[in-house]
Amino acid sequence: MDEARIARRGVGPRLWLAGGWLLLALLAAIFAPLVAPQDPLAQDLMLERLPPFWMSGAEPGYWLGTDSLGRDLLSRLIFGGRIAFIVAFAAAFAACLVGSTLGLIAGYFGGWADRIISRIVDIWMAFPPVLFAILLVAVLGTGLSSVIIAIAVIDWTRFCRVIRAEAMGQSRMDYVENARIAGYDRIGIMLREVLPNVVPSIVALLSLEMGIAVIVEAILSFVNLSISTDDPTWGGIIAEGRLSIHQAWWVLVFPLITLILTVLSFSQFGEALKARFDPVLR
Amino acid sequence: MSADCLDIRNLSAVLANGQRVLRSVSLSVQPGEVRALVGESGAGKTMIGKAVLGVLPSSVRIVEGDMLLEGEDLGRLQPKARRTLIGARTALIPQDPLTALNPSRRIGPQMTDRLVRILGWSGQRADARIRQLLDEVQIRDPDRVLKSYPHELSGGMRQRVLIAAAFAAEPRLIVADEPTTALDVTVQKQILRLITQLQREHGTAILFVTHDLGVVAKISQKVSVLYAGKVVEEADTAALFAAPQHLYTRALMAATPRYTDPFASLKPVDEAVLAGLAAEIADADQAWRPRHG
Ligand SMILES: Nc1ncnc2c1ncn2[C@@H]1O[C@H](COP(=O)(O)OP(=O)(O)OP(=O)(O)O)[C@@H](O)[C@H]1O
Ligand SMILES: [Mg+2]
Repeated sequence: MDEARIARRGVGPRLWLAGGWLLLALLAAIFAPLVAPQDPLAQDLMLERLPPFWMSGAEPGYWLGTDSLGRDLLSRLIFGGRIAFIVAFAAAFAACLVGSTLGLIAGYFGGWADRIISRIVDIWMAFPPVLFAILLVAVLGTGLSSVIIAIAVIDWTRFCRVIRAEAMGQSRMDYVENARIAGYDRIGIMLREVLPNVVPSIVALLSLEMGIAVIVEAILSFVNLSISTDDPTWGGIIAEGRLSIHQAWWVLVFPLITLILTVLSFSQFGEALKARFDPVLR
Repeated sequence: MSADCLDIRNLSAVLANGQRVLRSVSLSVQPGEVRALVGESGAGKTMIGKAVLGVLPSSVRIVEGDMLLEGEDLGRLQPKARRTLIGARTALIPQDPLTALNPSRRIGPQMTDRLVRILGWSGQRADARIRQLLDEVQIRDPDRVLKSYPHELSGGMRQRVLIAAAFAAEPRLIVADEPTTALDVTVQKQILRLITQLQREHGTAILFVTHDLGVVAKISQKVSVLYAGKVVEEADTAALFAAPQHLYTRALMAATPRYTDPFASLKPVDEAVLAGLAAEIADADQAWRPRHG
């Protein structure tokens, strides 16, 4: 009990900081047209490479400066968040649904179901993920939905492996045997007895996966394989920033910071949520 | 025929590698009776319980024998019908009360679920029943307990909850698998007393697995002594303690401390006795062929 208390106390600030950043970024993305100070696509060669607000030469209204086409960096980051979050939620949920379901079945039923599913996972994991993603998008064509599909198709194995192991561990517990003696059917036991015990891990993985999806989307944008290049994306901005690193470092640094903060927050948020969901730690 | 609550005849089971874990076990439990199943670790006591309850590990296969629950031959029933029958007429009081409860569900729903979902009771009736049973196992703050998660209760409390759950559906037979081994000594006595008391009031038959002859003497009317998957002696409890017939039983008794004189006659189970038994069993295995399977 004491250990649990201590663990819980550690959870507080982590949950709030990570959750706070994610909420801020999410709200900004949702209400982008209202909160973005400028039009993210408006080019103005008179305003190119303006520095951030604290440096000399900064213009009011362009808080984080502008890129080499004179577009407002903050506005582009805010609008870029829209795609990042859409991809994060859609891809992570899809990967989670497929992976957790198969993992639960493999871990709980064991036997041939487990052998088949585990074999598929092994084959899947033999592909290097980033190459796999690039290949998939090349085949599916660029666009929001192919990015989402690519991430889900690649990353369901992460859920499958972890949830399989956990479900397998739970299935050996006496409470599962007790439920069998009481006469519950197998699927009922899987859903009602085993599933609640793996939910904390599913939640943590889901949040982690959202962070990973954000990175993968950025990588795909970076190599120009993501969404159409007009819409700002974090990866796209990073790619452009890299070209002008010597004239305008902020175009590279701010999106990187945004990306890292978001990814870290997702993983921390997931861990903290897991602790909250777990009745033994609560 | 007989109205035995449980009747096991010539039950043999083997592991995947062909090794025998149960050797033509026969035993019966009359309605309302407590039969102790005693033997050292690895003798196969838990296996017998699991066979009756239909939860043998997949690596263990029954190769011969019959099990009759209130006259119904479990081997003849379709799996679904067997599950339903076992679910309605039996219950388990397990060894480890922590892992026997689902850690992520509150006690209340865990206890009522079975009555509602398996036996089709109304939620209200199930709740009333559970509260009545909690009272019988002397839990004085049912509201708190029902709202708790398993880890929030002490080991003794958890075992009380499991005893209450076992008796709640009025099973005819309860398998109690070393229900006090995981508890500390003072709690053990209370739990044993509770099981005896509820058993008498409800008239439930119990197959009581233990390796403790002291517990056997206190709780049971009949005893079967198991060694290496074989019933080597069975008798009325009083008769067994008065005059143990089998060498192994005598050796076991000599190895059990007596409360009156704990240090006097304590000696390990005699090597020669065990060697003789092992040879006897090896001979029997040589000659043994399963009747079917
Ligand atoms: N899951 C399993 N698969 C294969 N063999 C098993 C399994 N569980 C137990 N056994 C073997 O079956 C035999 C009987 O074991 P069982 O658990 O019934 O003994 P027990 O009398 O209950 O002992 P204890 O007092 O330690 O609980 C042992 O030889 C054991 O090694
Ligand atoms: Mg055992």
